[in-house]
Amino acid sequence: MVNYIIRRLLLVPLLLFGVTVLIFVMMSFLQPVERLALYMRDFPKNEKAIPALIAKYDLDKPIYVQYWNWLMGKVDSASGERSGGILFGDFGYSRSQSQPVSELIKRRFPATLELTIWAVAPVILVGIWLGVQAAVHHNGFIDQAARVFSIIGTSFPTFVFGLLMLMIFYANLQWFPPGRISDEFARIIESEAFHRYTTLYTFDAILNGRFDIFLDAMRHLLMPILTLSYISWATFLRVTRGSMLETLRMEYVTTARAKGLPERDVIYKHAQPNAMLPVVTMAGFSVVGLLAGAVMTETVFNYPGIGSAAVRAATSLDVVAMLGFALFDGFILIIAALVVDIMYALVDPRVRLS
Amino acid sequence: MAQTVPSGDNNLLRDAIPVRNIGRVERFLGPENYRIMQGLMKTPASIAGFSLVVFFVLIAILAPVIIPSVGKDPYSIPRDGFKSDPQPMGTEWKKNAPDAPFWFAITGQEKWTHIFGTSEGQYDIFYGIIWGTRTAFYASLIVTLSTLLIGVVYGSIAAFYGGWVDMVLMRIVDVLSILPGVLAALILAAIITPLVGKSTLPVMIALIAFGWTGYSRFIRADILSVRERDYVLAARVVGVPDSRILFQHILPNAIFPTLILASMAIGDVVLSFAGLSFLGVGVEIGYADWGQLLSFARNWITSLNTYWYIIAWPGFTLVLFVMGWNLIGDALRDVLDPRMRGKM
Repeated sequence: MVNYIIRRLLLVPLLLFGVTVLIFVMMSFLQPVERLALYMRDFPKNEKAIPALIAKYDLDKPIYVQYWNWLMGKVDSASGERSGGILFGDFGYSRSQSQPVSELIKRRFPATLELTIWAVAPVILVGIWLGVQAAVHHNGFIDQAARVFSIIGTSFPTFVFGLLMLMIFYANLQWFPPGRISDEFARIIESEAFHRYTTLYTFDAILNGRFDIFLDAMRHLLMPILTLSYISWATFLRVTRGSMLETLRMEYVTTARAKGLPERDVIYKHAQPNAMLPVVTMAGFSVVGLLAGAVMTETVFNYPGIGSAAVRAATSLDVVAMLGFALFDGFILIIAALVVDIMYALVDPRVRLS
Repeated sequence: MAQTVPSGDNNLLRDAIPVRNIGRVERFLGPENYRIMQGLMKTPASIAGFSLVVFFVLIAILAPVIIPSVGKDPYSIPRDGFKSDPQPMGTEWKKNAPDAPFWFAITGQEKWTHIFGTSEGQYDIFYGIIWGTRTAFYASLIVTLSTLLIGVVYGSIAAFYGGWVDMVLMRIVDVLSILPGVLAALILAAIITPLVGKSTLPVMIALIAFGWTGYSRFIRADILSVRERDYVLAARVVGVPDSRILFQHILPNAIFPTLILASMAIGDVVLSFAGLSFLGVGVEIGYADWGQLLSFARNWITSLNTYWYIIAWPGFTLVLFVMGWNLIGDALRDVLDPRMRGKM
């Protein structure tokens, strides 16, 4: 077990290194002029200054020099100021939004995190519950309904689903608006009186005792949550169902039945815990899926998270910003995968003992 | 087996053991593939799926008949003027009206209309849907086949050589699959668009670049199990060259599950392709592509109750197309499930 975790931990630096190389390779498709945005905010107005700047930031040097500078930043020998350097949290400057990329991430990421947190819980609970029901009533009504639901779910593109939701609940019924918060509450949140403990609006609202703000934030979140999570529901349902069906055929389940346990105990106490193993793996993948889905969902609902920022950067060809977001996402996903693997080892005796 | 098997006389044996006639098709396909085919032909899900796919194949082939192309490039959607507001279904063509197709006569109208209305900028939605079917097919097929090919070759090499080659190659796969596919493809497409120009190419390249890793993992696992079989050892003993062992002896016996995986992935590829053009990377504005048609709706979100047709028709088409492939995939998964063996 300790062995397994150590081996898994050793993989992390390797993956981190790999992701930086991957991003850097994509970066090297750019012209040296475009890569200047890694180190300086404003594009030089004077054309003649460009070659000097390129030389100053070593953008004409061999690739390993550039990679090193990209990681560690370039220290100005005169003033001693460092510019760039992703290891120090400097991801360069976004041309399209004229801001440091790290600043954009800091402002946008809480929104994405909030959306993901609220999307994960219903997915796991509802998906697993439906999956267990489908397996217990194998080929029954719930099973068939779940099957139809999951096929329709996996066939429905996120953005089409999102647009339909907007059409029904915003354009027609005017129930749920797009965006993250209403203007009047946005002003309150920005004000001094409101303490931003977590920068997640829903949690901050509760901590400040402002339930009107909480409700407003939820009103904005509800459609994105549904849009983001319905595909995961379908996959969760399918995995849980399959695993549960398999477990219910095991002999120890028959034993439990034979000794006269009530069916409810057989299913929820004996079968379900063992059927949850593949679901734990799924949960890890679903974090990845949610982060990917956030790209679409946030764009459709005009939700100011990191996904919609990445799309905005992509459509305005602001590659430095885009790669900054990708790098950040990559770091998060590597950590998420690590957590899932270790959790899996804790849950599954077969991994624990090997 | 309650029946007693008589001994001695062969004729008696023939009566006691029921003999199934094996047809020509079954002999050609082999028992396992025949069972799969039978299963597919009997499951309602796969029948529905195949019908949908055949329906779309027909639309793609007959596109020039269903709605004749206008201008040089059939894939650019004809515009009826340049006004921004979408026009409702059944509006008459005013400017540069193309010839009405022959089947339009059955509606009794004389002037060619916008059957599904027009989208922002007066792009004809019906035209976009019909010709977009071709885009969907060729993009998904090219991407799926390329990713399959790359993945299979890469995974085979990793599995066959094993050791540090395998280790290095698979770590590269690990790194490439860290980023979620859509995000990675979005970035790569945006980077290469200025280099190759606006077309379907950037998105396709991006989807291929990050799409093959799944196949390479899959085929690697299957080859690892086949590699240890006796006939491979035998081939090695008699001195068959590596490449021949790999491509003639191992691959044909390991590739089948990967092919199934590829057939199930087509729907996903179509979704990603449409999704990326919805986000606005890749094709130029007005290209006949479903994602592109849907992206027009982004500026009309507050008035979607009036302009519902600008998302309803392209969205419905996309969902049906993907559902066709998913139904087939779902049926395949059921048929291939070893626990289902003998139940068809």
